[in-house]
Amino acid sequence: MSTPFDSVPRTLVVRCPDWPLTALGVVPGEPALVLAAGRVAAASKAARAAGVVRGQRRREAQGRCPEVAVLERDEATEARRFEPVVAALEDVTPWVEVSRPGTCAFGVRGPLRLLGGEAALLVRTAEVVGAALDAAVGPTHPGCRLGIADGRFTADLAARAAGVAAAGAVVVPVGGSPAFLAPQPVGVLGRPDLADVLVRLGLATLGAFAALSAADVVGRFGAEGRAAHRLAAGLDGTPPQVRRPPPDLAVAVDLDPPVDRIDRVAFAARSLAEQLHDDLRGRGLACTRVVVEAETEHGERLACCWRDEGVLGASALADRVRWQLEGWLHGPPAVRPTAGLVRLTLLPDEVVPATGRQAGFWGGASAADERAARALARVVGLLGEGSVRLPEWRGGRDPADQLVLVPLTGGVGEVGRVDAPPADAPPWPGVLPPPSPAAVHADPVPAELLDARGRPVRVDGRGVLSAAPVALRVGGREGRAAGKAHVVAWAGPWPVDERWWDPRRHRRRVRLQVVADDGMARLLVLEAGCWRVAATYD
Amino acid sequence: MVRSPGHAFTLPAGLLVEPEPFDEDAIEEPAPAPRSRPRSLAEAARRARTGTPAGERTLPVSPALADLLFDGLRRGSTVGVAGPGARSLALALIAEATATGSWAAVVGDPDLGLAAAAEAGVALARLAVVDLSGPTASRQWGAVVAALVGGLDLVLVAPRRQVRAVDARRLAARARERGSVLIRIGGASWPDRPDLELALAGATWEGPEDGYGRLRCRRVEVVATGRGRNARERRAVLLLPDVRGVPALP
Repeated sequence: MSTPFDSVPRTLVVRCPDWPLTALGVVPGEPALVLAAGRVAAASKAARAAGVVRGQRRREAQGRCPEVAVLERDEATEARRFEPVVAALEDVTPWVEVSRPGTCAFGVRGPLRLLGGEAALLVRTAEVVGAALDAAVGPTHPGCRLGIADGRFTADLAARAAGVAAAGAVVVPVGGSPAFLAPQPVGVLGRPDLADVLVRLGLATLGAFAALSAADVVGRFGAEGRAAHRLAAGLDGTPPQVRRPPPDLAVAVDLDPPVDRIDRVAFAARSLAEQLHDDLRGRGLACTRVVVEAETEHGERLACCWRDEGVLGASALADRVRWQLEGWLHGPPAVRPTAGLVRLTLLPDEVVPATGRQAGFWGGASAADERAARALARVVGLLGEGSVRLPEWRGGRDPADQLVLVPLTGGVGEVGRVDAPPADAPPWPGVLPPPSPAAVHADPVPAELLDARGRPVRVDGRGVLSAAPVALRVGGREGRAAGKAHVVAWAGPWPVDERWWDPRRHRRRVRLQVVADDGMARLLVLEAGCWRVAATYD
Repeated sequence: MVRSPGHAFTLPAGLLVEPEPFDEDAIEEPAPAPRSRPRSLAEAARRARTGTPAGERTLPVSPALADLLFDGLRRGSTVGVAGPGARSLALALIAEATATGSWAAVVGDPDLGLAAAAEAGVALARLAVVDLSGPTASRQWGAVVAALVGGLDLVLVAPRRQVRAVDARRLAARARERGSVLIRIGGASWPDRPDLELALAGATWEGPEDGYGRLRCRRVEVVATGRGRNARERRAVLLLPDVRGVPALP
């Protein structure tokens, strides 16, 4: 009797928990977190117990857990440390698919014949991975979690469940995927937008989602919804029309002279990945699995297979190729090639018809957002990281504090960036009311404020001016004194005494608005006995 | 993770290195930032628009500037802004377009007041500030501005030094081809005249008296000249900004 599950290959997924931390040598018990683009990407158990969650800002995380060790994410190290694990698994099966550093999968049919049973396979896999991890990151690693189920998605969830169950491995019986998946929340599909809509429709679990008719799901959510629906039903996400690609889709680049440095080969890899992506798109195809192959001067052939549940976009493809090369070229001697690379090939191993992307209708990324994202990414490429910055609201008393610029990192529609105060936020006491100055000087220019007799205007301890200001002299950039301007009108002074409880960050200053006879209004700040032009009402 | 009917398979003790593992999946994603509630139906409708279609010939401007600009900024044109208050006027020009989905970038003006931009109505979610302080930045100025003009609807440029004629011509041609608007702050650095030139004159601040009050608004005259249909000079007196920080008619 044939069932729809026959087409779903039984798969074993190996997950190394919290790989971003493990790869950096963090011991499981110590509080540590890994930052990517200024936000928490992973946190150790001790840090999570203190309230650190993924996506938090560094400052917030440190507030929750002051003793936490903060590490920068290092994808190159992650890839490098994971490569020996993948190489070691070749003892179990020759065909391992890596989805990202820390997680890989393989079909169990072949190795099962060799080892005799799923239990024996699990023990063998855990031994092999454990030994490889011992060698790669030292004996303090937290081991691995294994899951066996029909299809990769279910096996992945089983491996996650293995971590929670503290058993090390979870086996979902043949045909048991729907029952295993039914109680899981829709968030595990990895499609936050879809999950959000489903929860609002009252479909909180995969079981409830899978119970919908496929035709209705396609009608409402399109191709993406169909893939998610198949996953929720325990089928493979990619519909059965996956085809073997014609061989001429492979793209290759010859490297002459042979290359053994990652920076040089990564550059070639990036353009190769883009070329592959464009070729596929030209044929209306998208790639879900790609084989990265390299050939060395000594005739060695290295190959590794990368796979993703969704389709691999150009940048995702380029990332995977870079990770793979990092693993080969900088890995331990066992996996490192003995000579420079002479040829690099990308073989799209599994392609699906590209379903395209629907631009957002209510919110989401519009075509203008995507165009802007591409242009800004190009500028970052020209000028370097951190050169393009976006405003973020912080709140404060001075114009310079209220909004700050943060580097563009993820995408333009980055979640969590707040560009305006919350609607119910109370006003800051002591804030200058609108209109705000249109020019806020990064380094305030020293200035002299003089009274009618030519003496400097001072402010006493009670916040009272020594005399009415009459003239203003603004210092030039290079100490060159500019001309003197007459003060037409002025308002203030408004004293601010901030953080008086903290001797290091205590700031005491006085602000004064001055309109000069050149028509310009300026915000002067007196701090430590010196007037400066903090902002100009340009 | 929910308890589910999979068989837990316990590995032999020697292989379980850390009995209670840590797992990144126990971390949950943060809730998206709350969006402020629209104050009126018109505003809700405006927010629902996801960009001015490239086919439309003009980008919208705020009502105070509509008369001066023939109802909008013409796509593909260059605009020069000069005089005291140039930055405020530049912000007023981009406010309405960014609020309806266009992106804007500011190149080479790290001092631009973001609080003033927010008050003027600029959607800060669609404003990027490009820092040109890096060592190679001055050489790549032309390439950077060209890249931005190619992808963003509005590009504000405040050049530090004299712009070469060849760069100015190329950027203007690219803006025309891509339907972007190039806004030049400070007219002196440019070798040619823009399509539309806005000059500010006679600014007077209202509000402060000797020690009392605060800055409330600036009354300023804007003179628009230029080429083509802008050839005939037009003048308007504006509050730039008014007491809420918004550009307004007196």
